Formats: sequence, structure tokens, C-alpha cells
Amino acid sequence: MSISCEFDYAKPDTLRDALGLLARHAPHGAVPLAGGTDLVAWLRDGAVSPGFLVDIKELAELRGIRRKAGHLWLGANTTFAEIMASPLVRRHAPILAEAAGMVASVGVRNRATIGGNICSAVPCCDSGPALLVYDAVIHVATLGGARRIPIRKWFLNPRQTALTQGALVTGISLPVAKHAGAFAKLKRYRGEDLAQASVAVRVDARGDWRVAYGSVAPTPIRGPKVERLLRGDLKPSSARRKEAAAVAETEVAPITDIRGSQIYRRLMVGVMLRRAVHLAAARRAGRGPAYGTNILEEDAP
Amino acid sequence: MKDIAIRLNGQVRRLAVNPNETLLEVLRGKLGIKTPKEGCGRGDCGACTVLLNGKAVRSCLILAVEADGQSVTTLEGVGRAGPTALQKAFIRSNAFQCGFCTPGVVLAASALLAEKPAPTELDVREALAGNLCRCTGYEAMVKTVMAAARKSNRKRSSSRRSRP
Repeated sequence: MSISCEFDYAKPDTLRDALGLLARHAPHGAVPLAGGTDLVAWLRDGAVSPGFLVDIKELAELRGIRRKAGHLWLGANTTFAEIMASPLVRRHAPILAEAAGMVASVGVRNRATIGGNICSAVPCCDSGPALLVYDAVIHVATLGGARRIPIRKWFLNPRQTALTQGALVTGISLPVAKHAGAFAKLKRYRGEDLAQASVAVRVDARGDWRVAYGSVAPTPIRGPKVERLLRGDLKPSSARRKEAAAVAETEVAPITDIRGSQIYRRLMVGVMLRRAVHLAAARRAGRGPAYGTNILEEDAP
Repeated sequence: MKDIAIRLNGQVRRLAVNPNETLLEVLRGKLGIKTPKEGCGRGDCGACTVLLNGKAVRSCLILAVEADGQSVTTLEGVGRAGPTALQKAFIRSNAFQCGFCTPGVVLAASALLAEKPAPTELDVREALAGNLCRCTGYEAMVKTVMAAARKSNRKRSSSRRSRP
């Protein structure tokens, strides 16, 4: 099946030109195009019908992975394959690297970008929970200047973000701090699938826990109740983990759809949270399987 | 219409495309390249896999205009100088049945072996996880890719040993 809507296309050389094109063609419905793995599928479905595509994927301003001033900076055009392979990300944001390895398939990860992922903002967005536990900051450029938006204020609704018309995400920064964590993604089968539910957890040396969920609410969300319950506990006991799992089930709001029922998702969030907390605590203590191990396939406690 | 130039299987091809045409449609409909197939048309099945600048991608999710100035390799380009070791291994072990997914599988596996000549079985499974096959059950494919990798590594290491 072909794409039925007609649009014009341009590939500007600079961020300024890209913003100019988005502004000039705003009346025709101008949309930025990065990896295209969501956008081209949506064009084909007729879910979107822009009159103008601005191809931003080679803008130098949106590329690169750098460590600077206590932060790790990822250009918006960084692909998930690049995130997985980056020693800087693996070292300073291993939960994000772990999540990147669970995005779709190699062929998609070679194209799909992290900037595109958070702008598509589907509820099952794989980078969302990891970015939430890192308290990431989204860097946005407009013709009027640059803005920073905390990730907690980014996701508004399914496919709706705090990004205003004509603005572009240039990058994402994550504070660098010693920590451990885990990301778990539940799928209907091995291999590629959208998440039925996902859980990210992060713990630092003081026992400050951060928890986030994907696919179980209209947007990726933080889990403040579980975070409060675990606070200060560097080695949550089996009983505490079970308690946390029960609390996790109360702070998500999944729906029933083709990928799973509401009750299944809710109960599995508990299981995943329990295992992810156990794994994160073990990794913090220098034990536990390497990042990238799928804990849902192991005989985890 | 937009004028684009693609380095297709080593040869520069110039043509005019409409921005809403996908790379897959242009390859099949305008450039006579028939090995990439349309399966799902939305990036899930991998039947349309091609190599873009050496990396496996979904040609159904790429607009032809995006490929302007890029290098595209399809199965037609991989076997130009006769079947590769991987292709021979597929033939020898009959690791396909209907063949619809085979071009995508061979390209995905070729990209893996180019990047990682001695992959683990998990690497192979991960590299092929996005290429759906409704005939084989995958086992034969995974074994074939592993066997092809072992064979070329043996050859490589024995040629290294024989060097003075």
C-alpha cells in the first residue's frame, strides 16, 4: 500500500534553516522527519497528513554523544543502535542502553532516533521510562531561542508532548551520577514487539530509588509511591520487594488492548518491578547479570 | 518531483521521485530491483530489508528522497560476483522454503557478519529477530549463519597462520 497524501520535502543544512522552513510551511502542516520509523508508517496509515517534511536527520547540531559539565548529552538524532554501542552511554546511562537494546529490531534501531522516540510519544515509548528515572532534560530550539524542558513535563498525552509547533528537539541531557538500575520490557514473544508493559528502576549510593513505567498509562509515568516505600533501602528484602510490587500495581492505569489485558498488565508490572528492584540492588553491589540481560527470560527471584 | 542520485549496488542511478514514494516502491517499480519484498509495509516483518550505507534498514519505512546521495545494497548487489559464502551455506543447508523472507534474512545476516565476523548464537538470533519467516521455524537459518561464520573464520585464521 502506498502513501496517499502529497507533501513536499526539504533537507536543510543548518538548524536555523530547518526552523525557518518549519515556520514558513507551518500553514501547510510542516513536520520534522528524523529516522522515519514511526512517521512513514503513520503517513501510510493516513494517521498524519502533513504538507511539508523537513528532513532533520543530518543536522550537525543534533548529532553526537558527549560528556560535559556533569552531564551526558545525546543529540536528538542519535539512533538506538548508536546508544547501544556507545561506551559513554553504557557507562553513564546503562539503563538507557539496556532499554535501547529492546527497541524493535536491528533494522529499526539503525534508523530510529531517541529524539523521534520521545516526540512520537506513544504510551509504549521504550526510552520514556529510562529517561524518567534519569530526570532527563529535553533541549528544544525555536526561532526565538533555546528552551529546556524536564522530562517529567514532557509527555502530556498519547502522541502529545510539550513541544510547540515549529520547535525542534536538539538533544537530551542526563545528569551523571554513580548509580545502578534495570529496565524490563514485557512482550508477547521473543523478538520484536511493542511493550505490553515496561519498568525502569534506578538506585544510587544513598538508596534513593527512582521508578518509572511504560505502556500502563496514557504516557510513561514515574512511580512515586514505590519510590517512597524503598527510599534509603540499599538491599530491599524479599518481603519489601513483594510489598513494593503490590504498591506498583496500584500506581499504574493500564488498558486492555490487542497486546494484553488490563489485569495481566497490572499484575506483570508487580512481577517486573520486584525483579528489577532485586537486579538493580545486586548490580549496585557489583553483582548481578550484565546490562542487556532480559530478566523476564531468567529464573529471577 | 525531486531528482535524486542513489549509489545502487555500486552503480549511480539518477531518477526523479515523488516525495511520498518509499524506497521500496522505487526500487521495485522504477529500478527493476525485485528482491526486497513488501510484507507488512510497516517495518515489522523485515522482508523489505536493504543495506543503507552498509546497515540493515527497512526500505518500506524510508522515503526514496531520503536515500539521495546514499549507498543502497540489495541482494542483487551482494551476489554479483557469484554467491557469497553465506549464500552458499544457505543453499547447502536449504535454510529456506518459500523464499519470500530470504533476501531480507541474507542481508540482515550479511550486515551482522560484516560487523561481527564471529557472532554468538544470541547475536545471530538478535540480528534476525526482525525478519519474520512463516516456513522454517528459524532454526535452520540460525545454524546456517553460525556455520558460515565458523567456516570463514577458519579460512581466515588458517590463511593468517600460513603467512610467513
